[in-house]
Amino acid sequence: MLLIRCPYCEEERPELEFRNAGEAHIARSANMAGESDDDFEKFFFIRSNPKGIIYERWRHMHGCARFFNAVRDTVTDKFIMTYRAGEPKPSKLPIISNEVVAK
Amino acid sequence: MKKYSVFAIAREAMRGHKGWEEQWSSPEPKKEYDVIIVGAGGHGLATAYYLATVHGITNVAVLEKGWLGGGNTGRNTTIIRSNYLYDESAGIYDHALKLWDGLSQELNYNVMYSARGVMMLAHNVHDIQVLKRHVHANRLNGIDNEWLTPEQAKEFCPPLNTSKDARYPVVGAALQRRGGTARHDAVAWGYARGASARGVHIIQNCEVTGVKRAANGAVMGVDTTRGFIGAKKVGVVAAGHSSVIMNMAGVRMPLESYPLQALVSEPVKPVVPCVVMSNTVHAYISQSDKGELVIGAGTDQYVSYSQTGGLHILQHTLDAICEMFPIFTRMKMLRSWGGIVDVTPDRSPILAKTPVPGLYVNCGWGTGGFKATPGSGHVFAHTIAKDDPHPINAPFTIERFRTGRLIDEAAAAAVAH
Repeated sequence: MLLIRCPYCEEERPELEFRNAGEAHIARSANMAGESDDDFEKFFFIRSNPKGIIYERWRHMHGCARFFNAVRDTVTDKFIMTYRAGEPKPSKLPIISNEVVAK
Repeated sequence: MKKYSVFAIAREAMRGHKGWEEQWSSPEPKKEYDVIIVGAGGHGLATAYYLATVHGITNVAVLEKGWLGGGNTGRNTTIIRSNYLYDESAGIYDHALKLWDGLSQELNYNVMYSARGVMMLAHNVHDIQVLKRHVHANRLNGIDNEWLTPEQAKEFCPPLNTSKDARYPVVGAALQRRGGTARHDAVAWGYARGASARGVHIIQNCEVTGVKRAANGAVMGVDTTRGFIGAKKVGVVAAGHSSVIMNMAGVRMPLESYPLQALVSEPVKPVVPCVVMSNTVHAYISQSDKGELVIGAGTDQYVSYSQTGGLHILQHTLDAICEMFPIFTRMKMLRSWGGIVDVTPDRSPILAKTPVPGLYVNCGWGTGGFKATPGSGHVFAHTIAKDDPHPINAPFTIERFRTGRLIDEAAAAAVAH
């Protein structure tokens, strides 16, 4: 089970308290009806599914119930950092155990 | 390829088993092939086999980053059935089921297909409605599926707890008698042996690191850990890593990869005569010929390539198994493992041409691809050979996520998603 740090509760809590909510930083169009089929497909179905660093949303369901974002390595499942919803995608990632994780 | 038979066993017994040959050869990769298949799992090897036998294309390489059949082919719970709701799914899964029947003879390799019946349990009114709808839809498509009362279910699978005060009471079941299990490794080995005997090169420990495209966009070949290998046609059959390979060709996919776990118990005498699945409490179970109970769990909730998964996922499934089969509460589990499954938004696979000329993809089988192995290979070989899909896989395009013509098969794994 993963241990996840909620950036609102500022506490590391077991995964059971959380729900994964998919890839982060996918902006919803303000004019959904005007989206082309191509753009809607990209927004709704296409995912980066990276082998490596993923930016994803989590929700602290059984805690504060708020959404936040996380950076995780999908090969090791190690969390690199979590940050609040609405904050920009981090341009620089912290260095974890001698490995520079920047992509 | 020397044929396996009772006479071969007798002959080899007489001379100390010195005459058995390797089941497939391990040649050095050539510079160029007609077709490259990325991924030597069941689906990839079946594709190569049918390219050789049905379409006469034998200048084929199957590239595998690890060992043959070491991915999801060797990690699944070996359940075979075709009781899917929609016509498109019924078409492809029943095509596979028809090929399972007789596959051992065709391959001259015992894949141990056992039509012992797949029974899906209903625990509430909603389950009854959904499963009966499946029964009717299946029968309209010529697929056997029948409704059982709790008493009939108990008769079909005696260890099942059908008492009225069970936590998850059994209120009925749908039974596909042609469903069952097969020996997963033997499927990969049998197809590998058959393909290799016809000249297909199976190259293990050869990871694809890039897809080369010509100026006009068409595929030229692949970069690998053993150098560049050319081919005008490349078929990607890489399960959980399909989107990684497709990204190398510049194609972004509607796929997400999740860990899916399974576990087996200590071996015991025959006790579960069929496959039992429960969508609602999320458990499926069968017994292997070695005697181990084979139990399938669910996926983790997050994208991962770690080939492990959370222990609480297994625990959740075992809770359900123990409620359904109180007889197993004191059994010891021997081992558990995880595989990485690629899941599409509509839970149906993609077997299709891609926007890149010469690049084909067979992926998105999610949590239930093993059962489709022969059918998938058969129609994917057609798609590659003719550069045009077989009528059976024609609906399984990538474009359906743009047009909206989805095959929304929520029952794809018969478990709650």
